[in-house]
Amino acid sequence: MDSQTGELLSWILTQDFAPKGTAGAFQEYDNKYVNVKKGSLAGLSTVLAAYKLFNYCHSYKEFKHKWPRKYH
Amino acid sequence: MNENLFASFITPMILGLPLVTLIVLFPSLLFPTSNRLVNNRFVSLQQWMLQLVSKQMMSIHNPKGQTWTLMLMSLILFIGSTNLLGLLPHSFTPTTQLSMNLGMAIPLWAGAVITGFRNKTKTSLAHFLPQGTPTPLIPMLVIIETISLFIQPMALAVRLTANITAGHLLIHLIGGATLALMSISATTALITFIILILLTILEFAVAMIQAYVFTLLVSLYLHDNT
Repeated sequence: MDSQTGELLSWILTQDFAPKGTAGAFQEYDNKYVNVKKGSLAGLSTVLAAYKLFNYCHSYKEFKHKWPRKYH
Repeated sequence: MNENLFASFITPMILGLPLVTLIVLFPSLLFPTSNRLVNNRFVSLQQWMLQLVSKQMMSIHNPKGQTWTLMLMSLILFIGSTNLLGLLPHSFTPTTQLSMNLGMAIPLWAGAVITGFRNKTKTSLAHFLPQGTPTPLIPMLVIIETISLFIQPMALAVRLTANITAGHLLIHLIGGATLALMSISATTALITFIILILLTILEFAVAMIQAYVFTLLVSLYLHDNT
Protein backbone atom coordinates (compact mmCIF):
# COMPACT_ATOMS: atom_id res chain seq x y z
CA MET A 1 0.00 0.00 0.00
CA ASP A 2 1.35 3.40 -0.91
CA SER A 3 -0.80 5.26 1.61
CA GLN A 4 0.03 5.65 5.28
CA THR A 5 -2.01 3.96 7.97
CA GLY A 6 -3.34 7.34 9.04
CA GLU A 7 -4.87 7.86 5.61
CA LEU A 8 -6.41 4.37 5.60
CA LEU A 9 -9.85 5.58 6.64
CA SER A 10 -10.06 8.20 3.90
CA TRP A 11 -8.76 5.65 1.38
CA ILE A 12 -11.48 3.13 2.34
CA LEU A 13 -14.14 5.80 1.89
CA THR A 14 -12.94 6.50 -1.64
CA GLN A 15 -13.55 2.87 -2.64
CA ASP A 16 -16.63 2.00 -4.63
CA PHE A 17 -18.70 -0.50 -2.64
CA ALA A 18 -21.24 -1.28 -5.35
CA PRO A 19 -21.03 -4.86 -6.68
CA LYS A 20 -19.18 -3.72 -9.79
CA GLY A 21 -16.67 -1.83 -7.70
CA THR A 22 -16.12 -4.76 -5.34
CA ALA A 23 -15.56 -7.05 -8.30
CA GLY A 24 -13.07 -4.50 -9.59
CA ALA A 25 -11.21 -4.64 -6.28
CA PHE A 26 -10.97 -8.43 -6.54
CA GLN A 27 -9.66 -8.09 -10.10
CA GLU A 28 -7.03 -5.64 -8.85
CA TYR A 29 -5.80 -8.07 -6.18
CA ASP A 30 -5.93 -10.90 -8.67
CA ASN A 31 -3.89 -9.06 -11.28
CA LYS A 32 -1.29 -7.94 -8.78
CA TYR A 33 -0.66 -11.09 -6.77
CA VAL A 34 -2.20 -14.11 -8.45
CA ASN A 35 -2.34 -13.56 -12.19
CA VAL A 36 1.39 -12.98 -12.59
CA LYS A 37 4.09 -15.07 -14.21
CA LYS A 38 5.53 -16.43 -10.99
CA GLY A 39 2.50 -16.25 -8.73
CA SER A 40 3.31 -18.07 -5.53
CA LEU A 41 1.58 -19.42 -2.50
CA ALA A 42 1.71 -16.00 -0.82
CA GLY A 43 -1.12 -14.65 -2.97
CA LEU A 44 -3.50 -17.37 -1.82
CA SER A 45 -2.23 -17.45 1.78
CA THR A 46 -2.91 -13.76 2.29
CA VAL A 47 -6.54 -14.28 1.35
CA LEU A 48 -6.81 -17.24 3.72
CA ALA A 49 -5.09 -15.34 6.51
CA ALA A 50 -7.52 -12.45 6.05
CA TYR A 51 -10.43 -14.92 6.22
CA LYS A 52 -8.96 -16.40 9.39
CA LEU A 53 -8.61 -12.95 10.92
CA PHE A 54 -12.19 -12.12 10.00
CA ASN A 55 -13.47 -15.27 11.69
CA TYR A 56 -11.32 -14.58 14.74
CA CYS A 57 -12.79 -11.11 15.12
CA HIS A 58 -16.29 -12.46 14.68
CA SER A 59 -15.90 -15.19 17.34
CA TYR A 60 -13.93 -13.02 19.75
CA LYS A 61 -16.79 -12.71 22.20
CA GLU A 62 -17.31 -16.46 22.50
CA PHE A 63 -13.80 -17.34 23.55
CA LYS A 64 -12.92 -14.19 25.46
CA HIS A 65 -13.76 -15.93 28.72
CA LYS A 66 -11.85 -19.11 27.85
CA TRP A 67 -8.40 -17.55 28.08
CA PRO A 68 -6.05 -19.25 30.54
CA ARG A 69 -6.56 -17.09 33.58
CA LYS A 70 -6.23 -17.54 37.29
CA TYR A 71 -9.82 -16.49 38.06
CA HIS A 72 -12.53 -17.08 35.46
CA MET B 1 -18.64 -26.96 28.63
CA ASN B 2 -21.56 -28.47 26.72
CA GLU B 3 -22.80 -25.16 25.45
CA ASN B 4 -19.33 -24.06 24.46
CA LEU B 5 -18.65 -27.24 22.54
CA PHE B 6 -21.41 -26.65 20.01
CA ALA B 7 -20.98 -22.90 19.85
CA SER B 8 -18.89 -23.13 16.71
CA PHE B 9 -21.78 -24.71 14.81
CA ILE B 10 -24.20 -21.83 15.33
CA THR B 11 -25.08 -20.04 12.10
CA PRO B 12 -23.08 -16.82 12.16
CA MET B 13 -25.13 -13.65 12.15
CA ILE B 14 -23.87 -10.13 12.33
CA LEU B 15 -26.27 -7.52 13.69
CA GLY B 16 -29.13 -9.83 12.76
CA LEU B 17 -28.03 -10.19 9.14
CA PRO B 18 -26.98 -13.57 7.87
CA LEU B 19 -23.22 -13.65 7.59
CA VAL B 20 -23.51 -17.25 6.48
CA THR B 21 -24.35 -16.12 2.93
CA LEU B 22 -20.96 -14.46 2.61
CA ILE B 23 -19.23 -17.48 4.09
CA VAL B 24 -20.93 -19.81 1.63
CA LEU B 25 -19.96 -17.55 -1.26
CA PHE B 26 -16.35 -17.18 -0.14
CA PRO B 27 -14.91 -20.39 -1.70
CA SER B 28 -15.91 -19.16 -5.14
CA LEU B 29 -13.28 -16.43 -4.73
CA LEU B 30 -10.60 -19.07 -4.59
CA PHE B 31 -11.35 -20.43 -8.06
CA PRO B 32 -10.62 -17.61 -10.50
CA THR B 33 -11.74 -17.95 -14.09
CA SER B 34 -9.45 -17.04 -16.92
CA ASN B 35 -9.99 -16.96 -20.63
CA ARG B 36 -6.38 -17.25 -21.70
CA LEU B 37 -4.84 -20.24 -23.40
CA VAL B 38 -1.88 -20.34 -21.04
CA ASN B 39 -2.84 -19.22 -17.56
CA ASN B 40 -1.02 -18.32 -14.40
CA ARG B 41 0.19 -21.10 -12.11
CA PHE B 42 -2.77 -20.98 -9.82
CA VAL B 43 -5.40 -21.32 -12.51
CA SER B 44 -3.37 -23.93 -14.44
CA LEU B 45 -3.10 -26.04 -11.33
CA GLN B 46 -6.84 -25.87 -10.75
CA GLN B 47 -7.61 -26.69 -14.37
CA TRP B 48 -5.28 -29.69 -14.28
CA MET B 49 -6.90 -30.96 -11.09
CA LEU B 50 -10.38 -30.45 -12.50
CA GLN B 51 -9.50 -32.32 -15.67
CA LEU B 52 -8.09 -35.22 -13.67
CA VAL B 53 -11.19 -35.47 -11.50
CA SER B 54 -13.67 -35.12 -14.34
CA LYS B 55 -11.94 -37.77 -16.43
CA GLN B 56 -11.89 -40.17 -13.53
CA MET B 57 -15.47 -39.59 -12.56
CA MET B 58 -17.35 -39.06 -15.77
CA SER B 59 -15.75 -41.73 -17.95
CA ILE B 60 -18.21 -44.40 -16.80
CA HIS B 61 -21.23 -42.55 -18.09
CA ASN B 62 -22.86 -42.55 -21.52
CA PRO B 63 -23.18 -39.21 -23.33
CA LYS B 64 -26.56 -38.57 -21.74
CA GLY B 65 -25.07 -38.94 -18.27
CA GLN B 66 -22.09 -36.81 -19.20
CA THR B 67 -24.35 -33.77 -19.52
CA TRP B 68 -24.22 -33.74 -15.72
CA THR B 69 -20.45 -33.09 -15.70
CA LEU B 70 -20.71 -29.40 -14.87
CA MET B 71 -23.07 -30.07 -11.98
CA LEU B 72 -20.96 -32.83 -10.48
CA MET B 73 -17.67 -30.98 -10.88
CA SER B 74 -19.08 -27.86 -9.23
CA LEU B 75 -20.40 -30.08 -6.46
CA ILE B 76 -17.10 -31.72 -5.69
CA LEU B 77 -15.25 -28.40 -5.84
CA PHE B 78 -17.77 -26.74 -3.55
CA ILE B 79 -17.87 -29.49 -0.93
CA GLY B 80 -14.10 -30.00 -1.02
CA SER B 81 -13.26 -26.32 -0.69
CA THR B 82 -15.90 -25.68 1.99
CA ASN B 83 -14.69 -28.61 4.07
CA LEU B 84 -11.05 -27.61 3.75
CA LEU B 85 -11.77 -23.99 4.64
CA GLY B 86 -13.62 -25.22 7.71
CA LEU B 87 -10.37 -26.58 9.07
CA LEU B 88 -9.05 -23.06 9.61
CA PRO B 89 -9.40 -21.95 13.24
CA HIS B 90 -12.71 -20.36 14.23
CA SER B 91 -14.21 -20.69 10.79
CA PHE B 92 -17.75 -21.78 10.13
CA THR B 93 -18.28 -24.80 7.90
CA PRO B 94 -21.58 -24.68 6.04
CA THR B 95 -21.53 -28.43 5.43
CA THR B 96 -21.99 -29.09 9.13
CA GLN B 97 -25.55 -27.87 8.79
CA LEU B 98 -27.93 -30.69 7.91
CA SER B 99 -30.24 -28.22 6.20
CA MET B 100 -27.63 -27.39 3.62
CA ASN B 101 -26.63 -30.97 2.96
CA LEU B 102 -30.25 -31.99 2.53
CA GLY B 103 -30.62 -29.09 0.12
CA MET B 104 -27.77 -30.50 -1.93
CA ALA B 105 -28.62 -34.18 -1.68
CA ILE B 106 -32.38 -34.28 -2.26
CA PRO B 107 -32.57 -32.33 -5.55
CA LEU B 108 -29.63 -34.19 -7.05
CA TRP B 109 -30.92 -37.62 -6.08
CA ALA B 110 -34.46 -36.72 -7.15
CA GLY B 111 -33.16 -35.43 -10.48
CA ALA B 112 -31.33 -38.68 -11.15
CA VAL B 113 -34.27 -40.89 -10.14
CA ILE B 114 -36.91 -38.90 -12.00
CA THR B 115 -34.72 -38.88 -15.12
CA GLY B 116 -34.55 -42.64 -14.85
CA PHE B 117 -38.29 -43.02 -14.41
CA ARG B 118 -39.14 -40.74 -17.29
CA ASN B 119 -36.72 -42.09 -19.86
CA LYS B 120 -36.30 -45.72 -18.96
CA THR B 121 -39.38 -46.59 -16.93
CA LYS B 122 -39.10 -50.37 -17.16
CA THR B 123 -35.40 -50.50 -16.25
CA SER B 124 -35.89 -48.13 -13.29
CA LEU B 125 -38.78 -50.17 -11.94
CA ALA B 126 -36.80 -53.34 -12.47
CA HIS B 127 -34.20 -52.08 -10.01
CA PHE B 128 -36.69 -52.78 -7.25
CA LEU B 129 -36.35 -56.51 -7.71
CA PRO B 130 -32.89 -58.05 -7.89
CA GLN B 131 -32.47 -60.94 -10.29
CA GLY B 132 -32.92 -64.47 -9.08
CA THR B 133 -35.05 -63.91 -6.00
CA PRO B 134 -37.26 -66.82 -4.95
CA THR B 135 -40.97 -66.09 -5.63
CA PRO B 136 -42.27 -66.09 -2.01
CA LEU B 137 -39.76 -63.40 -1.06
CA ILE B 138 -40.77 -60.95 -3.79
CA PRO B 139 -43.25 -58.68 -1.89
CA MET B 140 -40.92 -58.24 1.04
CA LEU B 141 -37.95 -57.57 -1.18
CA VAL B 142 -39.80 -54.93 -3.18
CA ILE B 143 -40.64 -53.14 0.06
CA ILE B 144 -37.05 -53.34 1.21
CA GLU B 145 -35.72 -52.03 -2.09
CA THR B 146 -38.20 -49.13 -2.02
CA ILE B 147 -37.11 -48.18 1.45
CA SER B 148 -33.47 -48.40 0.44
CA LEU B 149 -34.16 -46.16 -2.53
CA PHE B 150 -35.85 -43.48 -0.44
CA ILE B 151 -33.17 -43.59 2.18
CA GLN B 152 -30.46 -42.67 -0.34
CA PRO B 153 -30.80 -38.84 -0.12
CA MET B 154 -31.07 -38.98 3.66
CA ALA B 155 -27.95 -41.11 3.85
CA LEU B 156 -26.07 -38.75 1.53
CA ALA B 157 -26.90 -35.70 3.61
CA VAL B 158 -26.48 -37.27 7.03
CA ARG B 159 -23.20 -38.94 6.07
CA LEU B 160 -21.60 -35.66 5.10
CA THR B 161 -22.98 -33.76 8.10
CA ALA B 162 -22.02 -36.41 10.63
CA ASN B 163 -18.50 -36.93 9.33
CA ILE B 164 -17.56 -33.25 9.23
CA THR B 165 -19.29 -32.40 12.52
CA ALA B 166 -17.71 -35.36 14.30
CA GLY B 167 -14.28 -34.43 13.05
CA HIS B 168 -14.60 -30.83 14.21
CA LEU B 169 -15.92 -31.92 17.60
CA LEU B 170 -13.05 -34.35 18.08
CA ILE B 171 -10.53 -31.65 17.29
CA HIS B 172 -12.19 -29.31 19.82
CA LEU B 173 -12.28 -31.97 22.52
CA ILE B 174 -8.75 -33.27 22.10
CA GLY B 175 -7.39 -29.73 21.79
CA GLY B 176 -9.12 -28.81 25.03
CA ALA B 177 -7.79 -31.95 26.67
CA THR B 178 -4.23 -31.11 25.60
CA LEU B 179 -4.52 -27.64 27.06
CA ALA B 180 -5.95 -28.92 30.32
CA LEU B 181 -3.30 -31.62 30.63
CA MET B 182 -0.39 -29.26 30.11
CA SER B 183 -0.41 -28.07 33.70
CA ILE B 184 -0.85 -31.60 35.09
CA SER B 185 1.61 -33.79 33.21
CA ALA B 186 3.73 -32.67 30.27
CA THR B 187 4.25 -36.19 28.87
CA THR B 188 0.55 -36.95 28.61
CA ALA B 189 0.04 -33.56 27.05
CA LEU B 190 2.67 -34.38 24.46
CA ILE B 191 1.00 -37.66 23.62
CA THR B 192 -2.34 -35.90 23.31
CA PHE B 193 -0.73 -33.30 21.10
CA ILE B 194 0.59 -35.98 18.78
CA ILE B 195 -2.92 -37.44 18.64
CA LEU B 196 -4.17 -33.98 17.73
CA ILE B 197 -1.69 -33.72 14.87
CA LEU B 198 -2.71 -37.13 13.53
CA LEU B 199 -6.35 -36.15 13.84
CA THR B 200 -5.79 -32.96 11.88
CA ILE B 201 -4.14 -34.89 9.08
CA LEU B 202 -7.13 -37.22 9.13
CA GLU B 203 -9.46 -34.29 8.94
CA PHE B 204 -7.76 -32.96 5.85
CA ALA B 205 -8.17 -36.33 4.24
CA VAL B 206 -11.78 -36.65 5.39
CA ALA B 207 -12.62 -33.23 4.00
CA MET B 208 -11.60 -34.27 0.54
CA ILE B 209 -12.83 -37.82 0.75
CA GLN B 210 -16.31 -36.78 1.80
CA ALA B 211 -16.57 -34.49 -1.17
CA TYR B 212 -15.49 -37.32 -3.40
CA VAL B 213 -17.88 -39.81 -1.87
CA PHE B 214 -20.84 -37.48 -2.14
CA THR B 215 -20.17 -36.78 -5.77
CA LEU B 216 -19.39 -40.39 -6.56
CA LEU B 217 -22.64 -41.58 -5.11
CA VAL B 218 -24.67 -39.03 -7.00
CA SER B 219 -22.84 -40.11 -10.12
CA LEU B 220 -23.68 -43.73 -9.39
CA TYR B 221 -27.34 -42.94 -8.94
CA LEU B 222 -27.11 -41.15 -12.25
CA HIS B 223 -25.48 -44.11 -13.91
CA ASP B 224 -28.25 -46.38 -12.80
CA ASN B 225 -30.80 -44.07 -14.26
CA THR B 226 -29.44 -42.99 -17.65
